[in-house]
Amino acid sequence: MSRAAMLVAAVVAALAVAPLALPEFYVTILNYIGLYSIVALGLVLLTGVGGLTSFGQAAFVGLGAYTTAYLTTAYAWSPWLTLVVGLLLTAALALFLGFIMLRLSGHYLPLGTIAWGISIYYLFGNLEWLGGQTGLTGIPPITVFGHALDTGREYFYLIWLLVLAALASIQNLLDSRPGRAIRSLRGGGLMAEAFGVNTANMKIVIFLYAALLACVSGWLYAHLLRFVNPTPFSLTFGIEYLFMVVVGGAGYVWGAVVGAAVLTMLREWLSDVLPKLVGQAGEFEIIVLGILLVLLLQRARGGVMGFLARFFPVTARAKAPADAAALPLREKPKTGDVLLQVKAATKQFGGLTAVNKIGFSLEAGEILGLIGPNGAGKSTTFNLVTGVLPLTQGEIVFRGTRIDGLPSREIVKRGVARTFQHVHLRPQMTVLENVAIGAHLRGQKGVLPALLRMERAEEGRLLFEAKKQLERVGLAEHLYEPAGSLALGQQRILEIARALAADPVLLLLDEPAAGLRYKEKQQLADLLRRLKGEGVSVLLVEHDMDFVMNLVDRVVVMVFGEKIAEGLPREVQADPAVVEAYLGGVE
Amino acid sequence: MKLKLAVAALAAALVIPAAHAQVKIGVTLSATGPAASLGIPERNTFQLLPATVGGQPVQWIVLDDASDTTKARQNAEKFVNEDKVDVIVGSTTTPNSLAMIEAAARSKTPMVSMAASARIVEPIDDAKRWVFKTPQSDALMASAITQHMGDSGVKTVGFIGFNDAYGEGWAQEFQKFADVRKLKVVGSERYSRTDTSVTGQVLKLMAANPDAILIAGSGTPAALPQKTLVERGYKGKIYQTHGVANADFLRVGGKDVNGTLLPAGPLLVASQLPDSNDSKKIALDYTKMYEGKFGAGSLSTFGGHAYDAYLILNAAIPEAAKKAKPGTPEFRAALRDAIENVKNLKATHGVFNMSSQDHNGLDQRARVIVRIDNGQWKLAQ
Amino acid sequence: MNFDIALLLAQDGLTNGAIYALLALALVLVFAVTRIIFVPQGEFVAYGALTLASLQLGRMPGTAYLLLIAGAAVALVDVVVALRERRPGRIAATLGWNVALPVALFFLARWAAPQQPPLWAQVALSLALVVPLGPMLYRLAFQPLANASVLVLLIVSVAVHFLMVGLGLLFFGAEGSRTPAFSDARFEAGAMTVSGQSLFVIGASLALIVALYLFFERTIYGKALRATAVNRLGARLVGISTTLAGKLTFTLAALIGAASGILVAPITTIYYDSGFLIGLKGFVGAIIGGLVSYPLAALGALIVGLLESFSSFWASAFKEVIVFTLIIPVLLWRSLHTHHVEEEEDE
Repeated sequence: MSRAAMLVAAVVAALAVAPLALPEFYVTILNYIGLYSIVALGLVLLTGVGGLTSFGQAAFVGLGAYTTAYLTTAYAWSPWLTLVVGLLLTAALALFLGFIMLRLSGHYLPLGTIAWGISIYYLFGNLEWLGGQTGLTGIPPITVFGHALDTGREYFYLIWLLVLAALASIQNLLDSRPGRAIRSLRGGGLMAEAFGVNTANMKIVIFLYAALLACVSGWLYAHLLRFVNPTPFSLTFGIEYLFMVVVGGAGYVWGAVVGAAVLTMLREWLSDVLPKLVGQAGEFEIIVLGILLVLLLQRARGGVMGFLARFFPVTARAKAPADAAALPLREKPKTGDVLLQVKAATKQFGGLTAVNKIGFSLEAGEILGLIGPNGAGKSTTFNLVTGVLPLTQGEIVFRGTRIDGLPSREIVKRGVARTFQHVHLRPQMTVLENVAIGAHLRGQKGVLPALLRMERAEEGRLLFEAKKQLERVGLAEHLYEPAGSLALGQQRILEIARALAADPVLLLLDEPAAGLRYKEKQQLADLLRRLKGEGVSVLLVEHDMDFVMNLVDRVVVMVFGEKIAEGLPREVQADPAVVEAYLGGVE
Repeated sequence: MKLKLAVAALAAALVIPAAHAQVKIGVTLSATGPAASLGIPERNTFQLLPATVGGQPVQWIVLDDASDTTKARQNAEKFVNEDKVDVIVGSTTTPNSLAMIEAAARSKTPMVSMAASARIVEPIDDAKRWVFKTPQSDALMASAITQHMGDSGVKTVGFIGFNDAYGEGWAQEFQKFADVRKLKVVGSERYSRTDTSVTGQVLKLMAANPDAILIAGSGTPAALPQKTLVERGYKGKIYQTHGVANADFLRVGGKDVNGTLLPAGPLLVASQLPDSNDSKKIALDYTKMYEGKFGAGSLSTFGGHAYDAYLILNAAIPEAAKKAKPGTPEFRAALRDAIENVKNLKATHGVFNMSSQDHNGLDQRARVIVRIDNGQWKLAQ
Repeated sequence: MNFDIALLLAQDGLTNGAIYALLALALVLVFAVTRIIFVPQGEFVAYGALTLASLQLGRMPGTAYLLLIAGAAVALVDVVVALRERRPGRIAATLGWNVALPVALFFLARWAAPQQPPLWAQVALSLALVVPLGPMLYRLAFQPLANASVLVLLIVSVAVHFLMVGLGLLFFGAEGSRTPAFSDARFEAGAMTVSGQSLFVIGASLALIVALYLFFERTIYGKALRATAVNRLGARLVGISTTLAGKLTFTLAALIGAASGILVAPITTIYYDSGFLIGLKGFVGAIIGGLVSYPLAALGALIVGLLESFSSFWASAFKEVIVFTLIIPVLLWRSLHTHHVEEEEDE
């Protein structure tokens, strides 16, 4: 048992005895910490992991609280039934808002959440049937098997049971196939899309889950205080939930609980101490909290957990099994079949033609090099083939069907896997997990089984496949290291392993040798030669002539967006036009 | 070691409540937030109060609820669950007090509210039998206003009130008494304490051309509709409620609130009252004590509501202490009965005669009509 | 509703809208130059209004103390950095701006406050006390994070908003204030009365907008800021430092905020926390302008003012709901009409 695991066990044990041993005051505080933690957990997933910021979670808390408050008081429904109704309402609102806001980039989401946080607060406060600013009283307690949970001590167990369940569900989710996709959202989504992840859907999924957790917290809140009015669902609280996550450490699941605890206790203590210090009553704790937040963001972005993690190193959760059933393989084409045909592909940016009527084809089992000096249009061509950029004119055909106009996640489904010129890795994830992203499309289990951990068999096969590919490229001894700790050369090789994990028919490599030292280039060349020996087809975009010439079967040379030569390496090297282009170019 | 500490903490938690025989009084009031101008003089008043009430040693636990309803409820829950107080005093505003009733009733703890609305103590049911209040009810004040309106020839009235329980309560009571006096309410608008503009509402009211307009708000936010009315050239009479009776309202209102009529407790104009008035002496005593500590001119009538709550407890606690020991449910029940039996208690805002049907206990003696005259409160009758 | 009332509502809406427009312009400016979504903009409104209100009552405004404290904090940080980087030459300048100037303003305020100087002097003193807080705020909260992502800056911005509301409560107290009108004049124009105050607010807002335009078009600092907004790196290469641009922007934002506060103070009662909602309405305007276009932001802010005014007539209880829900159709329209641009962000 690791130190971190022992700590978690100790926390759970302490929670079990807390209501028996602590005075009422601390039980109440712990109850509120639990309620806040549930909301903050959703925000860890949304903000810390997914990179989407919301100030509006309090509105979802309010929706959960008001739904149950209204239905239990006006129609005497059972709280358990109103929980379901609240979750459905929240889901509907979250999907609607998510559909509008998540399509917009960056800062629109938080700004939008500020606006809806305010308008929902005023809506609660002005609807007469919801009691207006005065709120609703007389909410019944929750009953479990006929027993009413009407004291804080009993209610404590319900709250913390749900906190631990939410915590476990999020840890389960992150440690799974959809979880790896979610953890890849932050890099901008380009890499995740390239391996078949529908990033827009993933964003909606985490937004929805965070909203549902907030709703559960609101439901609990309403039956704890047995009174609701709009204030606890105002924007201020929405902001505080986010602060909890920042204080606790946005990237850590336990950071939600730690942040909720630290902020709640700090607030309690400050509101006790400060009025004596200042000499008048008032909410002066927000001054201290404001300064604390600014300093944390300036000095320690990892929050409290970032600090704790140094003493309680967390071991990687995703381990590859010693053996697992192999994943099904794609049917492979016969050597010599035409795989890829680029027909008169043209790309214009405004008035500038970056690629002009380029055409070439690639057969199964060969390595085709696409070379040219800087600015020749190689990377643009690469982006056209991988679906990152749309074509202006022309066609791209893969195994007889057109793929131009398809998004990258559709192209990878057909068996085209790629690497990136600037490596796109998740530096904090392990090498193994990074490669497992490549196998995303070879699994089917979605978010629900992942939350409940009912996808372990498939997960084992995916991780086993990732391990196999890492052994294949010679990175077997680095499986459980963070990918960010590898040298650049190893990172490039990791990207190749990730592409191989997709079981591709065609491998597209974007300047794999750029920035590598001589030794690293040799290792890379050895690997590519070995892969060719195993029958892998490769399109290699590169500007390093020496590296390409010893490796490829055929070469296409581009200059200023046009193809100037095609043929065997030896012939092309002798071509005067090529020599002119390279010597005259800015090499 | 840890276990030992936990056991010690547990023992301490169990022992402390049993050991003391002090009367514990939990006070929650709105010393900050929109209702601060009401809550601050109340808090100041509690600082003036002695450590014994009715001969019993007392512990005052004063908390701020920041004019926030949820915070008030949380304070009340803390009082009854953690501190196990014998009586709750508070809160300052009607929504806050309404939210606290359930906590008081569930734990069978008497509660004395310092907020205006009659809805806090009416109709008396199983929950509200535990609840009392010291300020004059809106009903009492509304009848005073409608009477004054009728006497001065007003036929049509417009109403603009807070978009919360205070405004809602006034709207209902005012309508009731206006019907009795055959006044026609030609418009009823709402605004919220935090609004920065009420032009729309004011224009709508003025379009109905009423003889007088009643503004039902409390503290400084009540000045906004009146300033807008003056700005828009409204020429009729303007009435306010007793919720505005403090110096901050005069400061923010400035010359625009000149000539405003409002009903208020006798405390506001104590020195102008005839000597025969029942409240004059105690009101002047309280004024002297308050201004002695917080400076001349610092008095506001809201502090008087807090002082009246003290006077009620001062009368009731000795009766309850004869029957049971403080800190027990029996004491709380006895205290409730004792408060309900308070009779002929002269206080700063009138004379209290509680009964099982009336948990406010004030009568006509608790209100006078006051006119604002160049930044001064003047007795108008 | 008849035509007269519509005119009056429009007048009220335009008056508030003019103030929202000023704030919207400041928000767009700050975002363009520093990528900071400046949530505390509204706090400068409250500070400006409450400082003027204190001076009119002959009291020492709380901002004078705040300025001393903030100045001391900036000086401390600057001196430590200067010593660490072994550039002691900078110490004199920082002490001058952040210690000597606030101390001088402090004593000026202490001398002037009880004398009840004429209105223009009170306004000038209020601005002098509030505006230096802008660059100080930039130095303390944002300068160390100049390279952070928009989202981190936004969270810092919200934290600063909390901080400034708390300080407002500490230095101005919980009670609200309202200053006397600049003008009691009324003009009869046909059936409607136009208040001098409304004309003054709209006129002053227009004058400020023109002054800002001239600043950006005609002065070297204005041009430098425009250059930074277009290309941060390029601006740095030609010698406009990110820090200077940031401080300058915050000075302008504080000036616009405080001036708006002084304009709005006679129209409504301002509390220490009133600035937030006023600022957010400016935000809704700025978002309508996509946070990039100045004219669209100003237009959006006017729409917000009008919408607010008319909805307070028809559905007074739902005024805020209507104003802030406006943002959803705007965002929907934007999401359908703008191509989604992926942005790389740091960890």
